[in-house]
Amino acid sequence: MLAVEDLAFGYGAREVGAGVGFTLAPGEVLCLLGPNGGGKTTLFKTLLGLLPARAGRVLLDGEDVSRWPRSRLARAIAYVPQAHAAFFPFGVRDVVLMGRASRLKPFASPGGRDREIADAALETLGIGHLGERIYTEISGGERQLVLIARALAGEPRLLVMDEPTASLDFGNQTRLLTQVRRLADSGIAVVLSTHDPDHAFLCADRVALLHGGRMVALGSPQVTITSETLRLLYGVEVAVVPLTGHGRSVCMPVLPAP
Amino acid sequence: MPVAVPEVAVKTAHPALSIGRLVLPAAALVLLALVSLAMGKFPVPLADVVSLLGAKLLGLPSSVDQTAQIVVLQVRLPRVVSALVVGAALAAAGATYQGLFRNPLVSPDILGVSAGASLGAVLGIVLSLPVLAIQLLGFAGGLLAVGIVYGVGAMVRRHDPVLTLVLAGVAVGAVLGSGISLLKVLADPYNQLPAITYWLLGSLASVTIGDVSAIMPAILLGLCPLVLLAWRMNLMSLGDEEARALGVETRWLRPLFIAAATLVTAAAVSVTGVIGWIGLIVPHVARLLVGPDFRRLLPASLMLGAGYLLAVDLVARNIASIEVPLGILTALIGAPFFLWLLATSRRGWT
Repeated sequence: MLAVEDLAFGYGAREVGAGVGFTLAPGEVLCLLGPNGGGKTTLFKTLLGLLPARAGRVLLDGEDVSRWPRSRLARAIAYVPQAHAAFFPFGVRDVVLMGRASRLKPFASPGGRDREIADAALETLGIGHLGERIYTEISGGERQLVLIARALAGEPRLLVMDEPTASLDFGNQTRLLTQVRRLADSGIAVVLSTHDPDHAFLCADRVALLHGGRMVALGSPQVTITSETLRLLYGVEVAVVPLTGHGRSVCMPVLPAP
Repeated sequence: MPVAVPEVAVKTAHPALSIGRLVLPAAALVLLALVSLAMGKFPVPLADVVSLLGAKLLGLPSSVDQTAQIVVLQVRLPRVVSALVVGAALAAAGATYQGLFRNPLVSPDILGVSAGASLGAVLGIVLSLPVLAIQLLGFAGGLLAVGIVYGVGAMVRRHDPVLTLVLAGVAVGAVLGSGISLLKVLADPYNQLPAITYWLLGSLASVTIGDVSAIMPAILLGLCPLVLLAWRMNLMSLGDEEARALGVETRWLRPLFIAAATLVTAAAVSVTGVIGWIGLIVPHVARLLVGPDFRRLLPASLMLGAGYLLAVDLVARNIASIEVPLGILTALIGAPFFLWLLATSRRGWT
């Protein structure tokens, strides 16, 4: 469905990364790991068409998206930004309804059908009870789920999530990753970035390691996430230990001996 | 997360209620307009005002004497109408700019409209041009200033476009301000300087019905995209990147909204001079009353702006034996109110 070919990305004259390529099938979760400044966010912005590709192509069903109008691209690829403090105290349902923008004509306002879709998106994420609340008055974890609901309201085929777990507590991180997995199982493709390699084990089908703007590895979490690759990525020692009975490993940093 | 207990904190406005919400403020506005027509140095009973308006608008017979007729219809009516139009226009432009720039300190003058209009009008006064030419120069100056700011903003592509625009507005405004100061130094201190000072503080005293009908097309033209694209305006307030990711063509919409709000502001300022603070405060109050949804915020701002300027003008005409320039009062009433709002309100801006 999604194919990224030899993509180079950056701001203006500054190149942040190059030579990135991968494909993504419906229902697949790709997790992007990499240090701060590794180019994850810039790559995402290029995928979303917010930044022009410096080289290479982004293809959806074999079609180059660089000339697509914004609304068409937004119908296919939805963006879930990090939970932020909004500037205006919109109602949660109003925020989710904004996800319908790409499906509405320029002069139109969302109607009854759009409200049903927005409510369904809230229900899907188990936060239907938040519909009447004010977005600026709910918790960070709730906001992150609302932003996912907003993305879902646009009925996209691909979700791009920029560090969705970044501002969440331990329990909310796990709940969020559960939702990501559920969405993927319903047929949506997901690309997400995270700072925690364990999250890749928890929800990803494949992992891409981004370092210095280059993709240094791509593959299943079990094969790709090792002590060696994590040392290369983050410059610290990490023990990657199989978790008996769960079919996956856990990552634990090893502090240097005093 | 699903841990929160369901609770309804704030009721969202029901569509059926919006008619009731529209009728009551409109009635208050009409009442305020009638009081404005009645009050002044030459008081006219409210009943006479109604009778005169009935004669004027509906051709009903009226037995009110000639003096009252002139005072109400020829002196006060143009003021009242222009206060309604200009107040509504400035408030609508302010609401637009605040949403677009996501900043509570943004007012219609942010991109240099007022500075540009002032320079144009002051130039016209210094050159002793007729009133119409001064107004045209003010209008053109306002549009030109925003054009320059936008051009500079478009050239600098390395930073956030919204921030670039605001900073370019500040810089261009400073240059225009120095131009105004220079003209004030050069102006004839006995004839021109008082006229300039008066214009820079804003006044409705010399506005005629002709002036108002001359700026109406520009104001209505500017309001059209704001009304039609009101829901899209909500998305613009998320910021450039998020709006684009949601499928909004901000590269078209942002200039369109700026052009619309600028047109409205420049038209208003060209006949009344600079009236500050309305475009800054009224949208805040409107947001407290109806929430941030631009589809409700725009009509609320229009009405509140109209009412606020009408009330301020009423005070300006009646508070002292000489007429107080509006700019002084809007700032004197507006600024403390703004501070009070800042200290007490929990909603609006977060």
